[in-house]
Amino acid sequence: MNVLSIDGLTVDFKTAEGQVRAVDDVSFTVPQNKTVALVGESGSGKTVISQTIMGLLPESAHVTSGSVVLDDPRGSEPPVDITKLERKGPQMRHLRGNQIAIIFQEPMTSLSPLHTIGDQIGEAALLHRNVGTAEARELTREMLRLVQFPDPAQSLDAYPFELSGGLRQRAMIAMAMICRPALLIADEPTTALDVTIQAEILKLIKDVQSELEMSVLMITHDFGVVANMADEVVVIYHGRIMEKGTAQQLFNDPQHAYLKALLKAVPSFHMDKSERLAPIRPIEVHAEDLKKSRIECTVEPGKPLVEVKNATKRFNLRKAGLFGTAPKTLTALDTINLTIRRGECLGLVGESGSGKTTAAKAILRAINLNEGQVFYDRGEGLTDIAELSGGDLMDYRRRVQLIFQDPFSSLNPRMTVNDILTEPLQIHGIGTPEDQAERARALMNLVGLDARFLRRYPHSFSGGQRQRIGIARALALNPEFLLCDEPTSALDVSVQAQILNLLQDLKRDLNLTYLFVSHNLAVVDYIADRIAVMCRGRVVEIGETREIVSNPLHPYTKALLSAVPEPDLETPLDFAALGESRASDPSEWPEPFRVVDGVEPTLVEFEKDHFVCAPGVEAQSALRGTAA
Amino acid sequence: MLQYIARRILAMIPTLFVISFLTFFIIELPAGDYISNQIAALKSTGESSSVAKLEFLRKEFALDRPFFERYLIWVGVWPGPHGFDGLIQGNWGWSFEFDKPVSDVVGPTLPLTVLLNFATILFVYIVSFPIGIYSATRQYSWGDYGFTLLGYFGLAVPNFLLGLILLYLFNRWFGLSVGGLMAPEYIDQPWSLNKGLSILAHMIVPTIVIGTSGTAAMIRRLRANLLDELHKQYVTTGRAKGLSERKLLTKYPLRMALNPFIADIGSLIPSMVSGSVIVSVVLNLPTVGPVLLSALQSQDQFLSGFILLFVAVLTLFGMLVSDLLLAVLDPRIRLGGRASS
Repeated sequence: MNVLSIDGLTVDFKTAEGQVRAVDDVSFTVPQNKTVALVGESGSGKTVISQTIMGLLPESAHVTSGSVVLDDPRGSEPPVDITKLERKGPQMRHLRGNQIAIIFQEPMTSLSPLHTIGDQIGEAALLHRNVGTAEARELTREMLRLVQFPDPAQSLDAYPFELSGGLRQRAMIAMAMICRPALLIADEPTTALDVTIQAEILKLIKDVQSELEMSVLMITHDFGVVANMADEVVVIYHGRIMEKGTAQQLFNDPQHAYLKALLKAVPSFHMDKSERLAPIRPIEVHAEDLKKSRIECTVEPGKPLVEVKNATKRFNLRKAGLFGTAPKTLTALDTINLTIRRGECLGLVGESGSGKTTAAKAILRAINLNEGQVFYDRGEGLTDIAELSGGDLMDYRRRVQLIFQDPFSSLNPRMTVNDILTEPLQIHGIGTPEDQAERARALMNLVGLDARFLRRYPHSFSGGQRQRIGIARALALNPEFLLCDEPTSALDVSVQAQILNLLQDLKRDLNLTYLFVSHNLAVVDYIADRIAVMCRGRVVEIGETREIVSNPLHPYTKALLSAVPEPDLETPLDFAALGESRASDPSEWPEPFRVVDGVEPTLVEFEKDHFVCAPGVEAQSALRGTAA
Repeated sequence: MLQYIARRILAMIPTLFVISFLTFFIIELPAGDYISNQIAALKSTGESSSVAKLEFLRKEFALDRPFFERYLIWVGVWPGPHGFDGLIQGNWGWSFEFDKPVSDVVGPTLPLTVLLNFATILFVYIVSFPIGIYSATRQYSWGDYGFTLLGYFGLAVPNFLLGLILLYLFNRWFGLSVGGLMAPEYIDQPWSLNKGLSILAHMIVPTIVIGTSGTAAMIRRLRANLLDELHKQYVTTGRAKGLSERKLLTKYPLRMALNPFIADIGSLIPSMVSGSVIVSVVLNLPTVGPVLLSALQSQDQFLSGFILLFVAVLTLFGMLVSDLLLAVLDPRIRLGGRASS
């Protein structure tokens, strides 16, 4: 029996340029107690479909044809065609939150910061279930227990800003579940979360689904999530359905060219080191023009280019008050040691708040360290970058450049691409205006963009194109070392593959060295030669990529790896193993890995070139030393 | 919460000291003082007989002492000619121009000033609140455009002109006496019900005149804030729960949009006092505005200093009220410390 049947749905938007078709003749069904994944890139129309089901389409959109029939299997109410209902009318309101519920991508913004979560969760019960305030509170408590809140009774009166992202998403799920809906729409529910939290939330959705016998429409672009969650898959592109079927069919025998291409663009742990991703729209790199003017890095390949020694950075969270409230500090970096070798790509992995971006900023000298140093070899041996000044500092700035995470906010919307690309040259006073214009054209060519686009402004480019402009800007000064701060996390998978390949080609052709910061282990596995894993401001494991991925030694690395959903039906996430240990709490790690405040996180070489943070080992050997 | 209030009030004390110092410093910036100016004027006309008396007065009011001493004596933390006798001890100083204590000069005008200010702020909030909500929820409707136009008129028309027009109309339609804060027959009369009513009736025009521009600005601000909030994700969340539009609006985005609305209370007060000086002169209102103006012109330093300080105290008080209201309304402010611990 189908809870939701969409038939020939077509949605048009009225815009200044006329009608735009966002959804075109889409038909699929969501069977009872099953999970259907709706997969597509941004702009494919998947969110418009979810809005249509919820009756939340914006004013400018209207359903041109087709039907969306909701049939509650509990049979209390007759099937109803949602497209026929008035969007803000009482009938639609009766369905919303009651029989259909939704969870959104951003747990940070989807809850009101001014109301307690108990208030916000219980609200739906008050609206739909004919209960009083006390009863609603009781129901809410029950729901919080169901979504495994650590302390349900206490949490009722907590405000969203007091909770972590994972807990907020749990609260959102509790809110959606409280009226026991027949259909849950999950709109990218884990995209904004860390990988370990993502695994927990996915497990939770599965558990709740079986407990409440509910159907789930999972909207996502992540094939790892699809492989682990979906019974059936619907692939959508430009508002049209490309292919649909069971997960088995689609993963084992994809038919449509688009789906095949999409699956090839996803990095996975099973890939060979020599294997390359196949982006849907590959870019050809033309590095000849740039190579001519390049001054080669004189450091020998394999020798240390950057060395971070005992770097510690503390941030003051709150200023000391007028009447003596003590200042609070957060240790973002706790005595970290890193070596980046010339010509390699070092992947820096960790969850949000692990200090990976702080480490990158410290290397860039964008922040000053409290303790420790960063050394850089400018061809005359390793020198402390904190001591650089004047011309030497400018020289360092030319050697080290940064690629940002967000391609939208990292380009000034009021500057043309030409201005953006020539600004670094002007700042450093390199070349005549003609040289600079020539250089800008060469840079555009390098990243596979047409030089005619130079006069355009950033808003006329897509996310992937903007990221290429960002890369071109970073290369304007002929740097030898690039810091890539999550350069693909804001991009679709197909574009991600394109950018990753571009970065690989550039590294090969221009002999670059990378520090690649990311929370996505599969991406780092694809691009990095060595991986450093960070947790709570400490480096916990560092070694060759193959070695780390196939033979992780530190409990945190193990937890991180086991939480990555693979786009492969053969290797499902081990949900049962999750949630047993709080792997991101250093004081909970077993000996010899346990780290408590004040203990220096020493790296110990467990195997050749494979270091693990294990302060216990040293203590043990010291004990042994004294015993002997 | 009580601790928070106590902390805020304690923090006001150093702030007041800084403000009083700045006030005193600015008032003393022009060369000379009221009495030395008088002396100079007398000397130029050859009448040196009363100079001795004025010299005595200068000593009496410690005007011959150095700047810092004068300031400290004024505040009352330094012994003057008559021992510790300054603001802290309740001596507000002497007005040379009116030749009586400052308290006697400003005494009758202060309550009326506070009353008028309070009425104006109330007016601003009562009028702008519903209009702002209407404009935001029905963006680009005829009503929205109409109020926007009206608002720009309110901002653009000079206050005194609006005041004169309204005075004329009120006089023609309701027979209200022109100017002042009460009908002429009640001036200097003991308080009575009719006198109170007369004051209320006479407050309508000044309230509207002084409040118009503030109202117009406030409407624009509330509209912009609310429009920002209306498209936030948590509003969609509420709608997805099945809330009706009206309940949704009042529970979620409106509460968020209130923050800047309330934060403005403190800053409204000084702008009302200083902005109403010309209006007070034109409408002949017995508020401190005109007194302040003349005191500044004649370098009647203790009088002007006291009035400026008084406005500063009002402002600080307004800030305190808005901070407390914000803390009540917004848990992020109230519990901000707890969250980071």
